[in-house]
Amino acid sequence: MVQLYFFYFFSGITVLSAIFVIFANNPVHSVLWLITCFFGVAGFFILLGAEFLALILMIVYVGALAVLFLFVVMMLNISFSNLRTGIVQYLPFGLFIGMLILAELLLALVPWEFKDAAFSNLGSPLNNSDSNSVALGKVIYTDYFFIFQAAGIILLIAMIGSIVLTLRKRPNVKRQDVIEQIYRSPNNSIEVIDIKPGEGI
Amino acid sequence: MVPLEYYLSVAAILLVVGVFGIFLNRKNVIIVLMSLELILAAVNINFVAFSVFLNDMVGQIFTMFVLTVAAAEASIGLAILVCFYRLRSSILVDEANTMKG
Repeated sequence: MVQLYFFYFFSGITVLSAIFVIFANNPVHSVLWLITCFFGVAGFFILLGAEFLALILMIVYVGALAVLFLFVVMMLNISFSNLRTGIVQYLPFGLFIGMLILAELLLALVPWEFKDAAFSNLGSPLNNSDSNSVALGKVIYTDYFFIFQAAGIILLIAMIGSIVLTLRKRPNVKRQDVIEQIYRSPNNSIEVIDIKPGEGI
Repeated sequence: MVPLEYYLSVAAILLVVGVFGIFLNRKNVIIVLMSLELILAAVNINFVAFSVFLNDMVGQIFTMFVLTVAAAEASIGLAILVCFYRLRSSILVDEANTMKG
């Protein structure tokens, strides 16, 4: 019963803050509501018993992604008021599409009952004696090892890609030239001058 | 334990809010990216709920990969947005017409 109350609490947080995300006037507020929304989703994961994913969600989304959004929103100097124009024009079509998708999804909301064949056909059945992180680690480092590595490569490519995209060379700024520094030798950079007393160079 | 269809209904509502957000804020790329994150969060709730109720671990592993791809996609999207802002000094989607024939 307590679980049900917590479920209602988290679902209220999630849905309300998701609505505030799309209706907020200021994108900074949108990002902050997005953080609240992900806290709600992490609460669902805790309720379901997937506590590792809940904490990963908080670290990745709240700690990294939301801060990234916040950085970009604050770095770009934009007036957001003219970005809000045309909402009335798009509202009916958006509502139509949204209600269509919601109606389709609500067809799945009958009480679910899994057939026994489904349980005999599981990809990696859960051993109930393990905790969630142990169970995840036992599967992800054995059966799904190559996909795990591919996920790492995706992150590496994303990192390189975003650095390459945002790096820029400004014309009038002096930068360190590492190759030139390494190949510089005393022969072509130091000159010994014999200065006679009483004279300048 | 909370029944499965409760989680499915919340995920459905979250997904619809995300889709609605894309339609509503189609001039503002930042909010469109945030709506995409909302949609992916809804998908993650479905994956984890089914994973727990079926007693199968694959759903949670897939959720981890969805998180990875979502983080990569958001960072690349924001990098492209910063590039576009340097080029045009605005983030209006309507002005992204350089490749228009």
